[in-house]
Amino acid sequence: MSLLAAKNLTVGYDGHGVLSDINFEINQGDYFCIVGENGSGKTTLMKTILGLQSPIEGKIEYGDGFSKNEIGYLPQQTEVQRDFPASVFEIVLSGCQNSLGRRFFYSDEQKKLAYKNIKKMGIADLKNRCYRELSGGQQQRVLLARALCATKRALLLDEPVAGLDPNVTSEMYQLIKELNDEGLTIIMISHDIQNIQNYASHIYDVNRGKEAPSC
Amino acid sequence: MLDKLFMYLEFPYVRYAIIVGVLIALCSSLLGVTLVLKRYSFIGDGLSHVAFGALAIATVLNFTNRMLIVLPLTIVSAILLLRKGQNAKVKGDAAIAMISVGALAFGYLLMNVFPSSSNVSGDVCSTLFGSQSILTLTQTEVLVSGILAVIVVGIFIIFYNRIFAITFDENFANAVGTNVGFYNLLIATVIAIIIVLAMNLVGSLLISALVIFPALSAMRILKSFRAVIVFSAISSVTCALAGLLISILAGTPVGSTIVAVDVLLFFTCTIVGRIKA
Repeated sequence: MSLLAAKNLTVGYDGHGVLSDINFEINQGDYFCIVGENGSGKTTLMKTILGLQSPIEGKIEYGDGFSKNEIGYLPQQTEVQRDFPASVFEIVLSGCQNSLGRRFFYSDEQKKLAYKNIKKMGIADLKNRCYRELSGGQQQRVLLARALCATKRALLLDEPVAGLDPNVTSEMYQLIKELNDEGLTIIMISHDIQNIQNYASHIYDVNRGKEAPSC
Repeated sequence: MLDKLFMYLEFPYVRYAIIVGVLIALCSSLLGVTLVLKRYSFIGDGLSHVAFGALAIATVLNFTNRMLIVLPLTIVSAILLLRKGQNAKVKGDAAIAMISVGALAFGYLLMNVFPSSSNVSGDVCSTLFGSQSILTLTQTEVLVSGILAVIVVGIFIIFYNRIFAITFDENFANAVGTNVGFYNLLIATVIAIIIVLAMNLVGSLLISALVIFPALSAMRILKSFRAVIVFSAISSVTCALAGLLISILAGTPVGSTIVAVDVLLFFTCTIVGRIKA
């Protein structure tokens, strides 16, 4: 059974459909890219996958014991975050919020998990640095480490290389590829089709409404 | 000078003022950081005007315990304002401006049409700028302020991690299943309580200063969220204490003296931040 499947899905705002007849299946271990031009409804589709808004028609099915709260999400950066006074460790640890349950404070295991993911992203030396002083690429690594704290199985990345320079971009793709090789399912929103073709196992073009072939 | 201070401290109302002042300063600084970072600085200002309007209603209706009207009305407005931000037909800043000036106008109108004392402009002035009303607190009011302050600090500590998560990234929190709506509601309620409390101390026009200055000062020089929170709490309490003592000794108005000290600290922190960078 697939991890996540869209069945005759229509997504949109206020009852108006932006994209319709969406059908796809994502299986454990896939590197699934959703592509399309700006304004084509990619973000709306993504929000629906995350459960931030409800579908207008059709549905998204979660299978294999997977639930939507277990998706590690890497959002695009917001204005608020650019001058946010928080240390790298504080931000990564906040990725554990979905496993807090009824508790109010993070356990030692959660702190260890946060530290493990910081090391994994190669930013251990930045652990106590302030987020707003980091470069764009470093900030993305911090947010990726946070997303890893929230999931064991699937990551959803929203334009993860937007605004990064070419060198950092390829580092970022490499990092994501490594995570995928470890068995993590990757769902990525992007319009960077050229690069994606080298990495993705599946490409879904929202404008054509079907899976485009990929290598 | 110390003799003079000790002489004043003999009076219970001076001690009450200092206790309540410190508690209010502590509470207002805690959520200030969240408000500033979420770009909600003006909500404090808007709500304080609502509280002013509510106070006018309570005065006209001759309520003995005016908190009973002021607190619920302010909480409802806070919830409405934070809600508005999300599915905005009227954009956030316009909604705040609308509600705040509307409440201010109606409050003043009510106080003039149904004057409760012979000195309306004196009443209005003391509600707006706090004047010496902090020195006229009764024991019950001190007790109520104390309880509310404990509740605010308690809520803040218990939900600290969630408040951080929501302040930093509402979308992520939402996506991983944190009940963002509920916590925003909680934040709105707590802000309303703080505003109503702080009206006693600095008056409704100066409340936002108490909320935002400690946070802004801390953000100039510190680099982790926890450090920012701790510093703004300590600095806010220190400034309030300093302001209160100065105003007692020099006979200046309490509210504006405290805010002046806060502003001074802000500039000091800005300079220190520049030098460090």
